[in-house]
Amino acid sequence: MSSQDIPEENLPVAQAEGADLDKHGDNPFADPGLPPHEHRIQDIDERAAKRSERTVAFLFTLSMLATIGFIASYVALPVDKSVYIWPLGHISALNFALGTTLGVALFCIGAGAVHWARTLMSDEEIADERHPIEASPEVKAKVLADFKQGAKESAIGRRKLIRNTMFGALTLVPLSGVVLLRDLGPLPEDKLRHTLWAKGKLLVNQNTNEPLRPEDVAVGSLTFAKPEGLEEHDHDFQTQIAKAALMIVRIAPEDIKDKQELEWSHEGIVAYSKICTHVGCPISLYEQQTHHVLCPCHQSTFDLTDGARVIFGPAGHALPQLRIGVNEEGYLEALGDFEEPVGPAFWERG
Amino acid sequence: MKKLSARRRHPLAALVVLILALAATGGLYAAFAPADKAQADETQQSLAIEEGKKLYSVGCASCHGTGGQGTSDGPSLVGVGSAAVDFQVGTGRMPAQQPGAQVPRKKNIYTQAQIDQLAAYIASLGAGPVTPTEKQYSPEGADIAKGGELFRTNCAQCHNFTGEGGALTKGKFAPTLEGVSPKHIYEAMQTGPQNMPSFPDTTMPEKQKKDIIAYLDAVNGEKTESPGGLKLGGLGPVSEGLFAWIFGLGALIAVAVWVAARTAKAKKS
Repeated sequence: MSSQDIPEENLPVAQAEGADLDKHGDNPFADPGLPPHEHRIQDIDERAAKRSERTVAFLFTLSMLATIGFIASYVALPVDKSVYIWPLGHISALNFALGTTLGVALFCIGAGAVHWARTLMSDEEIADERHPIEASPEVKAKVLADFKQGAKESAIGRRKLIRNTMFGALTLVPLSGVVLLRDLGPLPEDKLRHTLWAKGKLLVNQNTNEPLRPEDVAVGSLTFAKPEGLEEHDHDFQTQIAKAALMIVRIAPEDIKDKQELEWSHEGIVAYSKICTHVGCPISLYEQQTHHVLCPCHQSTFDLTDGARVIFGPAGHALPQLRIGVNEEGYLEALGDFEEPVGPAFWERG
Repeated sequence: MKKLSARRRHPLAALVVLILALAATGGLYAAFAPADKAQADETQQSLAIEEGKKLYSVGCASCHGTGGQGTSDGPSLVGVGSAAVDFQVGTGRMPAQQPGAQVPRKKNIYTQAQIDQLAAYIASLGAGPVTPTEKQYSPEGADIAKGGELFRTNCAQCHNFTGEGGALTKGKFAPTLEGVSPKHIYEAMQTGPQNMPSFPDTTMPEKQKKDIIAYLDAVNGEKTESPGGLKLGGLGPVSEGLFAWIFGLGALIAVAVWVAARTAKAKKS
């Protein structure tokens, strides 16, 4: 559409003429202002106002009664009493009573307040003009003059030694806060790099607390192991098992694709860290036909036939494998610690 | 004459001949072959195997091969043991309805006697886990607390902390354990059906399996109470959050709309 096609009344000159219409009062876009105020029945009829007052008071009273009911049911109902309530089914009587009474108590306060505001509080619309935020020119001039005088009297521009040392002091002070952050805890040192596993430590079945033998571990089975010497009542059990947790599966040796994995296994028995390398969830959703392990937190999936390579999801590293062998008495043993840190990556992991 | 020749060339004629030939062969085989074998050995065990083999040829052989050796459609059944058969057929998973990521539980169409015969036949193909006796799987006298500990260590990662089930990769899932009989739970742990790993007696002794069954009976059994009322699937924060957002927030919005839609003015506009 070229400019020649624009109807004449829409051209700038025509619009400028149209602005005059405002004075004549027939501008279709003029501000209509507020509609005339309409009264509510409560504003006119004192009996209706009384009724509203009673309704609000009734709601507030109901709330009070519900609160008393809450306290009463807390005192009266035993914890283990169960009742049948449709459609919730069998439900703890105490839970149900506490929830219902507290719900009614809170709802009635809200409903009463809303009813009060809608029917009894004044509903006249009030227009209020906005004021400019800017200060008046006189105030501005006065403040600027005061500031200049103060700066001149302090001699901050002239005495540079004072100015520079003050800046230095102000810059250093926040450092004391930074130093105190050191108290947040001991440094990790190399704790993230080592676990309890060491050469010669037996693999102990977490179910039976007995050391495992190769013949105990069948193809397609899943076993969890802890290092020999770590007992559940030890004070640091949780700290240690959080790093040392091990899952053991058996894969037919010809199905193992990764050469190192086969070397580090014993007759197809492979031992992998149970801690996901993404954010450290315990990961043991093992599918015995595909030999995939899935992490329940973020769906990282590892292929146990291929060095626990990540085949899906956000994990950044393969699961660390523990090198295992069999000792003279025929028990499975570790041939050292994990070669790399277990669990999620960290800044200095490299 | 013309009519007759048209009938001869009917496209279904070949099919009819084929069906008749198959029926005749099958009938002749049924009439002669089993009679010879039954005479050879008539002990109860071998009779069960014989009957099981017949059931096998009808319901299983198309996927697992005529001798249980497995085909591209189904794994070999040599060495899976009678426990695996009792679980798979007893829970209705086998015979499978259709191929897919996972064969789901469905209505069982065999009687327990037939399942036992099938199991006897499969067990005769190679040694494997044996169907447990009631003494082995009955949860009576088991340690529920210990069972809970074992369940959380070994099972909860897939089956959820109270056995409600959960999702796995690519359409596979760990099924809910609600309403699964103690025998079938025991057999599943023993044999590792489909993608579930097995928990053989060497790594999880019989007593511990009983403890787990007792725990499941306590937290997910018929008589388990739900103190919170509606369980919403017992799946944890996802379903509960969804319910709160949709129904809780929905109710609040509905009340707010209802309040605002009614004018308080005396003169209705």
